[in-house]
Amino acid sequence: MDNEYILEMKGITKQFSNVEVLHQVDFKIKKGEVHALMGENGAGKSTLIKILTGVYTKDAGQVFFNGEEIHPSSTLEAQQLGISPIYQEISLIPQLSVAENIFISREIKKKGFIDWKEIYKKAEEILKDLGINIDVRKPLRSYGTAIQQMVAIARSIMINSKMVIMDEATSSLDDDEVQILFNIIRKLKSQGISILFISHRLPEIFEISDSITILKDGSLVGEYPTSSLSRTELVSKMIGRNAEDVVNYKRTNRQIKDEYYLRAKSIKSGVKLRGINLDIRKGEVVGLAGLLGAGRTELARVLFGIDHKDSGSIEINGKEISFKLPREAIKYGIAFCSEDRKVEGIIPNMTVAENLCITNMKKVSYFGVINKRKCSSIAEEFVKKLRIKTPSIAQNIKNLSGGNQQKVILARWLSMEPDFIILDEPTRGIDVGAKKEIEDLIRQMSSQGISILLISSEFEELVRNCDRIVVLRDGMNAGILDGNDISEDKIMNLIANGNMAVGGN
Amino acid sequence: MDQIKKLQAGELFRKYGALIVLIIMLLINAVITPNFVHINTMWNVLIQAFCVLVISMGMTFVIATGGIDISVGSTMAISSIIFAKLLIEMECSFFVSILAALLAACIFGAFNGVLIGVFNFQPIVATLILMISGRGIAQQFNNGAVISFYGNKYSDIGTYRIGGLVPIQVIIVILIIAIALFLAKNTTFGLYVQSIGDNSTASKLVGIRTTAIIVMTYILCAFLAGFAASLETLRICSADPNNIGNNMELDCIAAVAIGGTPMSGGKTIIWGTVVGALVMQLITTMMNMNNIFYAYALVIKSAIIIIALYLQKEKTQ
Ligand SMILES: Nc1ncnc2c1ncn2[C@@H]1O[C@H](COP(=O)(O)OP(=O)(O)OP(=O)(O)O)[C@@H](O)[C@H]1O
Ligand SMILES: [Mg+2]
Repeated sequence: MDNEYILEMKGITKQFSNVEVLHQVDFKIKKGEVHALMGENGAGKSTLIKILTGVYTKDAGQVFFNGEEIHPSSTLEAQQLGISPIYQEISLIPQLSVAENIFISREIKKKGFIDWKEIYKKAEEILKDLGINIDVRKPLRSYGTAIQQMVAIARSIMINSKMVIMDEATSSLDDDEVQILFNIIRKLKSQGISILFISHRLPEIFEISDSITILKDGSLVGEYPTSSLSRTELVSKMIGRNAEDVVNYKRTNRQIKDEYYLRAKSIKSGVKLRGINLDIRKGEVVGLAGLLGAGRTELARVLFGIDHKDSGSIEINGKEISFKLPREAIKYGIAFCSEDRKVEGIIPNMTVAENLCITNMKKVSYFGVINKRKCSSIAEEFVKKLRIKTPSIAQNIKNLSGGNQQKVILARWLSMEPDFIILDEPTRGIDVGAKKEIEDLIRQMSSQGISILLISSEFEELVRNCDRIVVLRDGMNAGILDGNDISEDKIMNLIANGNMAVGGN
Repeated sequence: MDQIKKLQAGELFRKYGALIVLIIMLLINAVITPNFVHINTMWNVLIQAFCVLVISMGMTFVIATGGIDISVGSTMAISSIIFAKLLIEMECSFFVSILAALLAACIFGAFNGVLIGVFNFQPIVATLILMISGRGIAQQFNNGAVISFYGNKYSDIGTYRIGGLVPIQVIIVILIIAIALFLAKNTTFGLYVQSIGDNSTASKLVGIRTTAIIVMTYILCAFLAGFAASLETLRICSADPNNIGNNMELDCIAAVAIGGTPMSGGKTIIWGTVVGALVMQLITTMMNMNNIFYAYALVIKSAIIIIALYLQKEKTQ
């Protein structure tokens, strides 16, 4: 039977410990289309996908793939049917070589032995097809996130998939890499493969998708051709109210007093930082722009005492300092919200309250004894303030949706009431509505005199929020934008060409 | 409806698997073991479980950081012989003797902790060093000879019964369990231990002194080993560096595992460990009181451990 749809999910319902997270959801994808699944944090997108890929079992409903009803009970089974998920967090094995990762569990054999020559050759071919030329013998971890993602895709193509699922696959990619990924998506599409695409970045949705399905609080809102929706209409449907204020939201120039909080001069560290200058005034929001590998995160890590500088100086409030450990920086009133939520952020099996209060133990404990009531009340306050969606503050953080985990981590650092906060991709994986709220919060904090260093791959976000933007390239200053000079085009220009003017002010 | 019920039963087993096994063990013993249902048998079970109970409290914290300590048996040997040597042969005061025994244990614990926390040795390898050398060190203190002190003025302390009824070990063990529970649930130390075991990178970034906490857990574990050893020495009125605490590390680790604390770290389930230790002891008691051949006893022991672990394994959703 030939069918227009590759996938039809009907009446899908799912509960976790008596909380319904999906309610009678219908969801269909045509053959060879790019279909976006949209919704706020915790709307149930990842859950729907995990049901489709056999990670969770549904409580009710039916799933038809290629016209036949399926009941996958593991990712492997789903893969054998032709459904390949590329997860939010990459699930490959970093120590193994690129080729091994592509061929793991389906090695090519010759006379019972693994035929490495053939494997390397095939792996190279597949990647070349996707427009990537890398050494497939090197361990996967020697490449960046983007390449790792491409490898995950290569693997799924290898196993003959009919549908590729990308759950926030672009969240850790920069603009150029997103374009590489989109080219691959278009190639897959032309081969008749369907793509289920999830992202909180609206421009991506409008660029790549053919149709959009919207979920809200676990229920279906509707399915629309992408061309029929405007940005505002899409967001309004997602958040269930008029979203004019969320979408059309502009920067305002502010006057910042010339009182420096931090002055870093010619910071050098390893090969990544090759003499960077950075000044931040009290109550100022400074943006760090640049491509992946430009040295943004590396600079943040040096400022926070995770990594150490080889030379250069850091002055805080006019006093030269050098932190050997994060705890020293924290004592100094510095907070660092890292970009890698899974590895450096969440403590998965601890509760929301514990995750939130853990940097703050001095405040909520007395001679090492925790005042649980105080901890709970701080947690409750921030859950409300950031609208974190969780059944209770006693829920383990790993059971929250990706975006809500991110909010808890953000709350962790905010609750510390820092003088200076480094936000490395703070809105990664956060929905548009929440993004607006977090950006409001950034503004509010800075007006209270807190200095902020904002690292973001989204130029829009930098333009909206920063008083000054420092552009980095190859571990050096490429230029500084100020006041009315701040625009997406100018950032892009500096990243591409630079004006090698030595920054600082 | 049926499905929901099944789910809840699964949840129940996962949470209380060890407790269910303990209750079943008690029931089986009540039926098959002669004289089992008698208060003195109960006291005996507790007295014999004393060392495992005490030391596995420390082991729970160590395992929760993602570590392991296989040197507790050797630490017991060292503390035991130091204690007896000072108390009996050198006629030091009781206070000085026990203090020296505990101090020695703490030093060895710190040695483990520093190797693991500061020099990043694999915990099992680091504590293997002391496991192997510890007994040798213990023997040096008295040239390998056993120190016995029956009929001495100290020989009644270990068998003292409060009000002529409750063995002193029972009171002490209850106190130690209470302290361990408090540490795990209500202190920053307990929280940090779990945090380190759950995600050590993130723990460093939120400002936890991970090295210090790790060192502290190994000191705590060794301290409890030294303490248990001293009391055990008093009870049996002899310090035998070759035999005291033999296989103690295995019993303690098994107790923690049966209790549901994951070996990968991140959780301290104190109650579980208590139940686990009692299960281990009940198995031994059952074997002894029914004259079951030792080799069979070991097989049955393993089977019960497997059942307890199986009941608690995480179900997929
Ligand atoms: N294993 C689990 N146990 C309990 N609750 C869960 C579990 N997994 C997900 N949930 C809940 O289900 C809801 C939907 O989560 P899901 O991850 O599907 O959201 P999402 O739409 O992918 O959000 P995001 O955009 O933040 O990734 C959330 O409220 C979450 O707390
Ligand atoms: Mg998600």
